[in-house]
Amino acid sequence: MTPPPGVADIASAVQAGTRGPADAVRDAFRRADAVRAGRDGLNLLLWSNEAAAVAEAESLTTAAGTDDADGLLGPLTGVPVVVKDNIATLGLPTTCASRVLDGYISPFEATVVRRLRAAGAVIVAKANMDEFAMGSSTEYSALGPARNPLDPARVPGGSSGGSAGAVAAGIVPLALGSETGGSVRQPAAFCGVVGVKPTYGRVSRYGLVAFGSSLDQVGVLARTVDDAARGLDVIAGPDPHDSTSSPEPVAGYLAPVGALSGFVIGRPKEYFPDTLDARVRERCDAALEHLRRLGAEVREVSLPHTAMAIPVYYIVAPAEASSNLARFDGVRYGPRLSGDGLRGMYEATRSGGFGPEVTRRILLGTYVLSAGYYEAYYKRAMQVRALIADDFRRVFASGVHVLWTPTTPTPAFALGAKSDDPYEMYLSDIFTVTANLAGVPAMSLPVGRVDGLPIGGQLIAAHFAEARMFVAARALEAALGAEAHR
Amino acid sequence: MSVSIDDVRHIAELARLGLDDARAAALVRELNDILGHMAVLAKVDTSRLAAAEGVGVGGTPLRPDGGEPDALHRPRESLAPAMRDGFFLVPRLASHEAAGEAAE
Repeated sequence: MTPPPGVADIASAVQAGTRGPADAVRDAFRRADAVRAGRDGLNLLLWSNEAAAVAEAESLTTAAGTDDADGLLGPLTGVPVVVKDNIATLGLPTTCASRVLDGYISPFEATVVRRLRAAGAVIVAKANMDEFAMGSSTEYSALGPARNPLDPARVPGGSSGGSAGAVAAGIVPLALGSETGGSVRQPAAFCGVVGVKPTYGRVSRYGLVAFGSSLDQVGVLARTVDDAARGLDVIAGPDPHDSTSSPEPVAGYLAPVGALSGFVIGRPKEYFPDTLDARVRERCDAALEHLRRLGAEVREVSLPHTAMAIPVYYIVAPAEASSNLARFDGVRYGPRLSGDGLRGMYEATRSGGFGPEVTRRILLGTYVLSAGYYEAYYKRAMQVRALIADDFRRVFASGVHVLWTPTTPTPAFALGAKSDDPYEMYLSDIFTVTANLAGVPAMSLPVGRVDGLPIGGQLIAAHFAEARMFVAARALEAALGAEAHR
Repeated sequence: MSVSIDDVRHIAELARLGLDDARAAALVRELNDILGHMAVLAKVDTSRLAAAEGVGVGGTPLRPDGGEPDALHRPRESLAPAMRDGFFLVPRLASHEAAGEAAE
């Protein structure tokens, strides 16, 4: 199949009347069929309803091609979008890829989904994910592992592996994922697409099923930096339904391609350790050289508490998860399994409903919050989290505009390679969790391939400095050209 | 610090999770392996440090406690097995015999 059109191509063709609003939606389903994206193939997509999606797209037809088109049609008109299965949608199930939410259909819609639809986008499918977004490979889905479309023997990353894979396979030009510790950027890197985690508070969490409330953010995945910017433009901004969403004005993230004179890019030494995969280092340093040639000044910097990030994250996130997931007890959501009395029913429902990784993290979180261990684990982790955030504050205050790092320590690994060693799996997030702990924005973009496997490079900016991050990303993407994908 | 089988059973009870013996034993190993990696945090002098209170600029933004509630897009009746007189009727639980009978 020919490469699918991008967001702007689809929207402008529909607005000009040269394509019907449902054309790209139908194309998305044909492409999903062609790559076998369903349960019997790559297992990227869990739930979809083609007839409903086409009908919704056709309802946009009225104004297409008329003089009123610009006024009535939004910037994403006719654009098919895949949404991660932990974001509430009205017409399709929202199960978080968990048995405990089997068959659940939300009675309300996430703000990000409402904003996408108001802009003319059509939700075509819900994407596979690690159960409750806990994982780095999409192997922990109760509905079976997803596979990387570039090499089906390998994982697509996680937890937004279905969303990243759907973009990489050319099914849709834009997808929503969610981040708690790197779950958009890591699969973006493994699948060779762009993935953006906004500043904490930049995008509403209303309708995103809570995992770690002080860390969670909805993010976008796209084939190009511009398409990611168009998606973020639509979903960003304050929301009265999320008290942690920020009133900070949305800057507009579409960036011109230009030189980077005056830009200062920091290269934190802790993200390029001696143990880093040599192929990842080589590609990331080559990309940094492009940035230097574009006029940027490159400075070696230090974020000294980086090594503490994984231990801190795997205390804070499970602690918050143990509280957030208490609501899934067989009373208010999903199926109920009978047991001996009320407690027996709770235990049977939750033990039967949660998979091994979710169970592990709930227990870990319960332990670190329990009497006698709170001070040693949770309180200490929150203190060290403040040090990690201070590292970023200090380096950005010193005049650095963005940081450049690898997104992941290795390219995509084989299915099953890390599933027997939880901590080894956790280390997949070593370069991404810091941005979540500090609340700063970050994005991954492809910088080349090794043995056919994509390598992702990461830009990190100060709070609400997404626009600056997009300027550097757009310039680098243009400089790399085809090199980013070979 | 390490967890014992009794610790795992205790926290499973707190978390309302039922575990069979084999899974509980496996979780002792898994949790101790993970907690072993957390020991690095004990090396940080935190005696003069405050805990992180928010991850945004100046902490979590505050706003008036107001706003319109989001309307449900499906009728309330679709959210429960049955309704009567505006109340949800839910399945009987063995420990709630009286309430269950009242619901019938």
